[in-house]
Amino acid sequence: MRLESILDLGKKKVAAATDELGFALAGVKDPAAYSAANFSASYGATQDVKFAKGTTTLAFKFDGGVIVSVDSRSTMGNYIASQTVKKVIEINPFLLGTMAGGAADCSFWERNLGTQCRMYELRNKKRVSVAAASKMLANTMYRYRGRGLSMGTMICGWDASGPKLYYVDDDGTRLEGDVFCVGSGSTYAYGVIDSHLRRDLTVDEAVDLGRRAIAGAAHRDAMSGGWNNLYHVTEDGWRFLGQSGR
Amino acid sequence: MSILEHNGAAIIAMAGKNCVAIGADTRFGLRMQTVATDFEKVFKMSNNVFVGLAGLATDVQTLRNLLKFRLSLYALREERDMKPEAFAALLSHLLYEKRFGPYFIEPLVAGLKDGDQPFLCGMDLIGAPVYTNDFVVSGTCTPNMNGMCESLWRPDMTPDDLFEAVSQCLLASVDRDAMSGWGAVVHVITPDGVTSKRLKGRMD
Repeated sequence: MRLESILDLGKKKVAAATDELGFALAGVKDPAAYSAANFSASYGATQDVKFAKGTTTLAFKFDGGVIVSVDSRSTMGNYIASQTVKKVIEINPFLLGTMAGGAADCSFWERNLGTQCRMYELRNKKRVSVAAASKMLANTMYRYRGRGLSMGTMICGWDASGPKLYYVDDDGTRLEGDVFCVGSGSTYAYGVIDSHLRRDLTVDEAVDLGRRAIAGAAHRDAMSGGWNNLYHVTEDGWRFLGQSGR
Repeated sequence: MSILEHNGAAIIAMAGKNCVAIGADTRFGLRMQTVATDFEKVFKMSNNVFVGLAGLATDVQTLRNLLKFRLSLYALREERDMKPEAFAALLSHLLYEKRFGPYFIEPLVAGLKDGDQPFLCGMDLIGAPVYTNDFVVSGTCTPNMNGMCESLWRPDMTPDDLFEAVSQCLLASVDRDAMSGWGAVVHVITPDGVTSKRLKGRMD
């Protein structure tokens, strides 16, 4: 195929093709389809560029707040690229985001969410609610729908209305809920959580449940493993409870 | 994704001084799902021949049964054990027999020849043999295993050193492969007999 037919260069000048956030767009007729086909994190067998992914993450609400528990493995195909990935992103002292899907997509857009939240605080002189923060991220995802972004995240926090937990993903889905598990090992984690979760769990019991769910998923799911990072969200903000290993 | 990577495996065979060792992981999975952690992939064919079968689990078991059957017939007719060279040739022919509908297995043969000399042989799924003096690997993390073997293998290792080398190579390799691991077994074959040990590994 001739270059001109791939790159729409002919006589029409492609003047600084960027989108509203300054991302350079591919010089092709349909940049969205091009990036979805070649740079998607949910790659098929035909795609040459492959990104790190493969995960188990979970978060659940109970009387003592929100527990966030994640693994730390990153795989590229069958290769284990890392066992020490931080999959909980600290957006601000009251907000946590989890990372499943494309590592770069999650970390970039959740950092971007952090700046959006800070701008909100400066403009409105009050802390952003979890509902508003998760909606900002969902709106961002909706804006890039169809371009092959890969992100499955839980936005967890505590605001004026109490503990809150939202699921947001790359096609713009935004759900409020009490329990979410995301990633390749999510079904195994749901199995553990669903059979033992009660609202009146003590903090220690809830933390142990979060740890056990990740351990179970890490055992059964080849793409999950490494270490377990645990966070507890209360009205005073989130607290990192540490890392536990095999 | 290849059918050879459906169940996951990691097998290493290595030569020492008058000894050989063969080790394998123990995972049985269905793609990303780990189903069992006590699956056998290395089989004793005689006192001085072991075979490691990496690939599709159903063919691992079929081929193990077929090899056992052929070896028993040989022992009955010849009234002696098959030598590792002959065993490798037999296996190669069994695989090529299915040239146009192969067993999805990439096997390793490890044994002691006459004079207690090490014998190592690897094959592709249609029986093309490759003979080596140092080590051979097969499974879903061959780049990892080759790299580990290149750095840990030394000429003329004692049986104890050989066991240590194979074990370390295996455990380090499977820690960077999602499809294999969950424990391992290592067999060391010496003129005085075979020692088999189970290794504990990461269970994720």
